[in-house]
Amino acid sequence: MISMPRIISPHHAQKIMNVVLWGVGLLAIVILIIIIGYILWNGLPQFSLEFIFGNPVGSGESGGIWPMIVSTFYVTFIALIVATPLGVLAAIWLAEYAGESILVKAIRFAAETLASIPSIVFGLFGLTFFVVFLQMGFSVLSGGLTLALMAIPTILRTAEVSIEAVPQSYKEGSLALGASKWQTIYRVVIPAAIPGITTGIILGMARAIEETAAILYTVGAALAIPMSIWDPARPLPLHLYILATEGVSLPNAYGTAAVLVLIILIITISTNYLVEKYTKKMMGR
Amino acid sequence: MENIIIEVKELNTYFDESHILKDVYLDIPRNAVTSLIGPSGCGKSTFLRTLNRMNDVIPTFKKEGTILLDGKEIYDPDVDVVDLRKRVGMVFQKPNPFPKSIFENVAYGLRVHGNNDKKDLERRVEASLKEAALWDEVKDKLDDSAMGLSGGQQQRLCIARTIAVEPEVILMDEPCSALDPISTTKIEDLIHKLKNEFTIIIVTHNMQQATRVSKYTAFFLHGEIVEKGLTDKIFIEPEDKRTEDYITGRFG
Amino acid sequence: MARNWEEFLVEKVLLLAAISSIIIILLIIGFVIQQGLPAMEQVGPLNFIFGMDWSPSYDIYGVFPMIVGSLGMMALALIFAVPLSIFGAIFLAEVAPKTMRRILKPTIQTLAGIPSVIYGFFGLIVLVPFMRIHFGGSGFSMLTASIILTVMVLPTILSISEDALRSIPLEYKEASLALGATHWQTIKNVIFPAALPGIVTGIILGMGRAIGETMAVIMVAGNTPIIPGSILEPARALTSNIALEMGYALGLHYNALFATGIVLLMMIIVLLVVTNYINYKRKVTVGGGYL
Ligand SMILES: Nc1ncnc2c1ncn2[C@@H]1O[C@H](COP(=O)(O)OP(=O)(O)OP(=O)(O)O)[C@@H](O)[C@H]1O
Ligand SMILES: [Mg+2]
Repeated sequence: MISMPRIISPHHAQKIMNVVLWGVGLLAIVILIIIIGYILWNGLPQFSLEFIFGNPVGSGESGGIWPMIVSTFYVTFIALIVATPLGVLAAIWLAEYAGESILVKAIRFAAETLASIPSIVFGLFGLTFFVVFLQMGFSVLSGGLTLALMAIPTILRTAEVSIEAVPQSYKEGSLALGASKWQTIYRVVIPAAIPGITTGIILGMARAIEETAAILYTVGAALAIPMSIWDPARPLPLHLYILATEGVSLPNAYGTAAVLVLIILIITISTNYLVEKYTKKMMGR
Repeated sequence: MENIIIEVKELNTYFDESHILKDVYLDIPRNAVTSLIGPSGCGKSTFLRTLNRMNDVIPTFKKEGTILLDGKEIYDPDVDVVDLRKRVGMVFQKPNPFPKSIFENVAYGLRVHGNNDKKDLERRVEASLKEAALWDEVKDKLDDSAMGLSGGQQQRLCIARTIAVEPEVILMDEPCSALDPISTTKIEDLIHKLKNEFTIIIVTHNMQQATRVSKYTAFFLHGEIVEKGLTDKIFIEPEDKRTEDYITGRFG
Repeated sequence: MARNWEEFLVEKVLLLAAISSIIIILLIIGFVIQQGLPAMEQVGPLNFIFGMDWSPSYDIYGVFPMIVGSLGMMALALIFAVPLSIFGAIFLAEVAPKTMRRILKPTIQTLAGIPSVIYGFFGLIVLVPFMRIHFGGSGFSMLTASIILTVMVLPTILSISEDALRSIPLEYKEASLALGATHWQTIKNVIFPAALPGIVTGIILGMGRAIGETMAVIMVAGNTPIIPGSILEPARALTSNIALEMGYALGLHYNALFATGIVLLMMIIVLLVVTNYINYKRKVTVGGGYL
């Protein structure tokens, strides 16, 4: 690399590269603005009380998206109440109890694999395991559990990092007072790691809210508000997919897309806020 | 005094609001070794890194005053930092070879300055390694990673890398503080050898080292120079009480 | 004694939670294989993987066109995304002033968080017509999908590369600058090579994301199950194959879609093993120095 014949002087190379690097940085911002701007520009005008709180008319040609908002809430809720304890407890074990055994390596590899399995494969699994094998049918429960599996590695990893970041001195302080290991963990370590754990849960939530492929063949696609966890449902991303690809209604697709984008924006901003606050606290300011 | 290569006048430096160096005046004589001594945090490294504008990479750094290299202000807008650093080389406290081969470490500076002639590179790398008294130890493993060398060898490699670029001045920031006594002796011998060819400014916490290697010494305290002059004079009959306290180890 | 019991119990419960990841993975792999195997057996694994024809109505199942589709879109997306991400990462880690970083970091984060169905929707509504007008054809094509995938994998590769660049000790940078190298020479010759293993890890994760993406690809790629003659023709990815047909698949067709899932899983596992190997190598080489 270095031995290229010198066509341009190092000084010129420096100037050219500065321009290129700035260009790429600005490009990323422009892309984001175009995508978000386009969706919101076309979607926000669709917003009305009727659109947000109304039921869809026909297969969504007009009317609202309230059942989809409720569905999204339900599946996400189920995903989180299953994934949070599993993820957080596993993180505590990995961070505080695990040594360097084969088992630990296997667990880490498993979590990593879980994080990289394509969502449609989760969908396949949800279909054959929850829907068919466990006979849960196309339902809020099947969809929620499938999403839970996808959220586990996200929560686990973020929680583990934040637990490991708790200073050793905190633990020693507690242990020196005669507290047991578990007492130390839940009185000292976990409270100190709470902002990080919360961030992990929010990220898991984001993953559950936006996921489409994994619920495509697990929640069904019912247009009505699910009355129990055994009922089929149609969360927002699935609704958007159906509206857009089946050409049902472009305005309603824009509106649904805007709702999704807003939810994700709020989540991103609030996690950022949390992380920032947390870092400030840790720095003692 | 003899021929002066660097002239520092009325130098003040800041990181953000904190005032580090205060009204520093210092002349550095050519082809001699000058030691900078003083307690931790008094600004020796800051001073050193101002001389090759290494502090430019720290966004909060500000400086006032004059630093002349051969009569030319080094902070003038028309001065090219890259050229300046070619002329004023630096050896760091912790040996920091690149994660490349021994050969490539020494060739690096030559390459970035446009030398791509294989024969010439080989010749210069060999010459620099010999000058740094490292050649005999590494001549059979030039293609091995520099990370495999001992700390002392790594530091001599860093010196070889610096002299390969043929600077006029070499700044050394506690070059031996991470090394064992034998490696330290080797580096000190090396400094003796190099002083005929280069101007060397060395920061050290080791008083003996200052007396062994340097002809001149400047004593820093809280960002000011308390005393400067011939090393022998400073260590035998210091003028300032604070200097005396420091060199006799009576300092808090 | 009671305390010891509690400690013991807690540890076992935590261990159980940790092991659940392994159990879930085994269940997923087990069930997908169990459902996919009948198709693999009936069609023959080689015929299934290398078969050029996918016609469920005749019970002919060959996924080679989809393998080509998935790998082709991934490769194209990487051609665009890798240089962009690396330059972006260098910009963030080395060049960008503080205010710019404060804008760009959340930007990248938001790009990573945008739902894939939104990318697909945007592609469908904006990019497909654009491609149709400027490149002809239907606008649904491998290239269109790759452009969307580029934006989707960019945040992954960029943020991992940035971390890798940032983790290079400042001493290397200072040493290079002190020898009179320019900032760019320092980046090119010292910082970048040292960060390369981390950057490669990021690229592989980006590959995984591109291969695994379903919704965005399905909405813009056109989805014809034949090997495209050019990047401007439609193509179908393995993921899309499953998502498109699962709704009405019965019998062998149903199993063949799970078998498609097996092929996907194998690709992802290969990528994972490669990343782990790189990380292992990196630890070994860095461990040799004083770092
Ligand atoms: N990048 C920086 N930002 C802010 N303050 C700094 C920075 N670098 C150094 N300082 C401060 O400047 C003062 C002088 O530091 P300097 O490193 O020059 O001391 P020193 O004499 O070299 O000390 P030592 O003998 O420990 O190396 C210290 O108070 C230090 O905290
Ligand atoms: Mg210092």
